[in-house]
Amino acid sequence: MAGNKKKKTSITLPHYMWLSLSIVLAIILWIAVSKSEGGSVMFADPWKVFQALIKKAGNGTLWPHIQISLFRVISGFSIAFAVSIPVAFLMAWYKPFRYLVEPWIQFIRNIPPLAYIPLIVLGSGVGEKSKVIVIFIAAFLTLVITIYQGVLNVDQTLIKAAKVLGANDRDIFFKIIIPASTPYILIGTRLGLSASLTTLIAAELTGASKGLGIMTQQASAMFERDVLLLGIILIGVLGITFEKIVKTLERKLTGWQEKIQ
Amino acid sequence: MAGKDTVKVKIEKVVKKYQGRSGEVVALNGVDLDIRENEFVCVVGPSGCGKSTLLNIIAGLQDATEGRVLVDGKEVEAPGRERGVVFQQYALFPWMTVRKNVEFGLKLQGMKGDELRATADKYIKMVDLEQFANAYPKELSGGMKQRVAIARAYAVNPQVLLMDEPFGALDAQTRTQLQTELIKTWEQEQKTCFFITHDVEEAIILAQRVVIMSARPGRIKEIVEINIPHPRTQETKMTKEFLDLKNYIWAQVYKEYLAIRK
Repeated sequence: MAGNKKKKTSITLPHYMWLSLSIVLAIILWIAVSKSEGGSVMFADPWKVFQALIKKAGNGTLWPHIQISLFRVISGFSIAFAVSIPVAFLMAWYKPFRYLVEPWIQFIRNIPPLAYIPLIVLGSGVGEKSKVIVIFIAAFLTLVITIYQGVLNVDQTLIKAAKVLGANDRDIFFKIIIPASTPYILIGTRLGLSASLTTLIAAELTGASKGLGIMTQQASAMFERDVLLLGIILIGVLGITFEKIVKTLERKLTGWQEKIQ
Repeated sequence: MAGKDTVKVKIEKVVKKYQGRSGEVVALNGVDLDIRENEFVCVVGPSGCGKSTLLNIIAGLQDATEGRVLVDGKEVEAPGRERGVVFQQYALFPWMTVRKNVEFGLKLQGMKGDELRATADKYIKMVDLEQFANAYPKELSGGMKQRVAIARAYAVNPQVLLMDEPFGALDAQTRTQLQTELIKTWEQEQKTCFFITHDVEEAIILAQRVVIMSARPGRIKEIVEINIPHPRTQETKMTKEFLDLKNYIWAQVYKEYLAIRK
């Protein structure tokens, strides 16, 4: 490099190389821990976990768990997304509505879902309905707060600029407010999906026959350390996949934003 | 010139009061002004003299407490595309390219296809940004952003152009350049312009009349005719006529600054 007066951490590797390196190091650490005296009680070694994956995937017992967990997250989250947008806009625009609703959103948001899951099970049973409801609540609260802040933050000058160019209220809503709040909608989506996943596992623990949460629960009860670890890793993979999808959307939809470097 | 003496914008006894933290604030206290067709009027005055409030009332973005504004004899009640506005903060839509920004108002009028493209091209060319037609605002400098805002305002062909310190956030060099461009544009395609500025030089080089406003409550203190012929260039700023006007207007504005500090 030209004129390197200050030498910073100057190992230059492409991003994917760092990622591969990180994974390799983690696996080495994992092997080391699984061979150690204390660690082997908790951690099955990578090869066993991999075998468990192959076995469960091969005999068709893994996919139903993933499928039902995905179904719960996606349905709970989608309903939450559809409801949170109008509620967030109403809160931003109509003060009475905001004053009536916001305290309760803040209140419920600070209660860990585990605390109210029994209440919902009491009302809706242990079936799919109660799980979707629990995920809906968690995702909705996160989404609505984030989107509402976004709508409040829409630059008023842009609205004025649109008005003087002849925009009516409908134009302003669809052509200015929606695109201007898209970054917040996407942040809400990311946080909301993450909240959904956390809550999913909690919801499944309270009673279900299938799902990643219950898979790990059963593995733990039967001391199947390989399946237990497999379940945990799959939940992590699911989370990071959601995150990547939303990040890709963010790049596509909000690349116009001025970023503070 | 046809209609040279026709009154385009009539500001009648406009008063604006609002509730501040420490009681009622009178921002404008009875402003009367006639702006003629195709006239370029600049408003100077200390901060807080209600210049921007007056512009917003003409634009229809704020209501007057008393009095009214007439454009072509019709009372202003809401924003309308016959009154274009250029804001100090550019107010470009950041998720739209330069072209989409310029097309925004045109599309709202229902313009489509080749006509839309050609009209947008014309105004992007007017501000010399052909090479940046597909750029997003974040890729542009402040001066370029403001040129896009001017193109966007011109594109819908407003009869009155309202500009609220459009060059206030720019560096001196860019500011001078944009003044020259604005003069040229106005000489080519005349419009009734109402231009707010802090900069006395800028006011004189652009305007046919400079309106000096008094400190709060805002009132018109004096109107100075600028009889410097067009075409005007930056060299105009060196002439004695210009400098005399500058000294005179500056002295008047300065008195108002002092009035605030008291």
